[in-house]
Amino acid sequence: MYVIVVGGGKVGLNLARELIRNGQEVTLVEQDRGAYLKIEQELEHAIQYGDGTELWVLERAGIQRADLVVAVTGDDEDNILICQVAKEKYMCERIIARCNNPRNLQHFKLLGIGPAVSATDLILNLIEHEVPGHGLVHLLDLPDEQLEIIEVEVMQGAPAAGLPVADIELPEGSLIISVLPRGKPGFVPSGDTVIQPGDEVLVVLDPGLEQAITSQFAPTGAHR
Amino acid sequence: MMVLVVGAGRVGSAVAKSALAAGHTVSVLDEDPLSHERLDAGQTTSWEDAGGRFTVGTAIEIDALLAAGIEEADVFICSTNGDNTNLTVAQIAQKQFGIPRVIVRVLDPARSEWYAEQGLNTICPTKIAIEMFKNAVLEPVER
Repeated sequence: MYVIVVGGGKVGLNLARELIRNGQEVTLVEQDRGAYLKIEQELEHAIQYGDGTELWVLERAGIQRADLVVAVTGDDEDNILICQVAKEKYMCERIIARCNNPRNLQHFKLLGIGPAVSATDLILNLIEHEVPGHGLVHLLDLPDEQLEIIEVEVMQGAPAAGLPVADIELPEGSLIISVLPRGKPGFVPSGDTVIQPGDEVLVVLDPGLEQAITSQFAPTGAHR
Repeated sequence: MMVLVVGAGRVGSAVAKSALAAGHTVSVLDEDPLSHERLDAGQTTSWEDAGGRFTVGTAIEIDALLAAGIEEADVFICSTNGDNTNLTVAQIAQKQFGIPRVIVRVLDPARSEWYAEQGLNTICPTKIAIEMFKNAVLEPVER
C-alpha cells in the first residue's frame, strides 16, 4: 500500500514511522524547513519538503498512485483541502483527515471529508464509556449504511427493567443484540431473557431512534 | 444587495468601500479588530456612520459568519490572506448557506483554476500579475 501523510508533527511523524515499520511505502510531506531537515535525517527519502495543499507538491509525492492520503496538519482548513483534492481531483479512494478543533467537524462533514478524526471527540467517547451512570455510549456509527450500535445501561425503575426482551417496547428499526449483566460475560438474548436493572444492553438501530430507545431503559420521567 | 466581505485586507476593505459607496448593504468580518482602520482610512465619515457593518471573528466559525449576517447575504467575498481559509469558507457559504454569488481570492494559480472548474468563482491575483509581467517583459525594447 502506498500512503501519503501530510504534516510532520507528532501525529504525522509517528504515523509514518509505524507504517514504514509495518512494511508500507510512505511519503511524509512537511512544509516547515527546520522540521523537514530534522525528520529527513531519520526518514531519508520517505519525506518531502513542501506545502501539501499545493497540487504540484502532492503530484511530486505521487498522489496519482496513492492508495491512502492522510492529512494530519495542525490546520483544519489545510486538512480539508488536502483531502478534498486527493479525493475529487486525484480520485484517491481512501482519505483520513485530522480534525483539530471539534467545532470544525461539521465542515468536514459538509464537504464530504471523512473519516475525520478528532482527538477531543475520541477522548470524550472514552470518558462516556468510563464514567458510570452516563447512560448511552455510541459503539459504532455507520452513516453510509444507516446503522448504529449503542450501549445502554438499564436503570432502576425503567420501563424495560424486569421485562423479557420480547415485551420491551422498542421502536421499529431497532433490536437488542446483546445483554451484558454486571460482572458477567455478555450473551445474545432470546425473547425470554429478562432484563435486570444494572444490565447493559447493546442495541442496533436506525439513526435517530436513540431517544425512543433510551426512554425504555431510563426511569420514567427522567430527562437525559 | 447585501454584500458580506470576509477579510478586510487591502483587497477586501477596498471592495467593501466601493460596494457601500454604490449603495449596497455591506458587512465586513475580520479576526483582527485593528483591520477596521482600513475601512475608515481616506473616508470623511467612519465606516459605521457611513452605514457599514463590522464584526470581529474567525471566518471558519459558523457563529462569526451568522453574527456578520451571512443568512441575509446575496454576495459573499472571501479575501483573507489564506488560500485554504478562503476556499474552505467559500464552500461553506455556497453549500451550507446557499449564497447565490460567492467570490473567492486564491493566490495559487493551480488551485484557482481547479476550484473554478468545480464551480467556485475564483479570482487569482497572481495569475493576473504574471500576465502583466509577461506582457511588460516581452514588449520590444527601444534603445
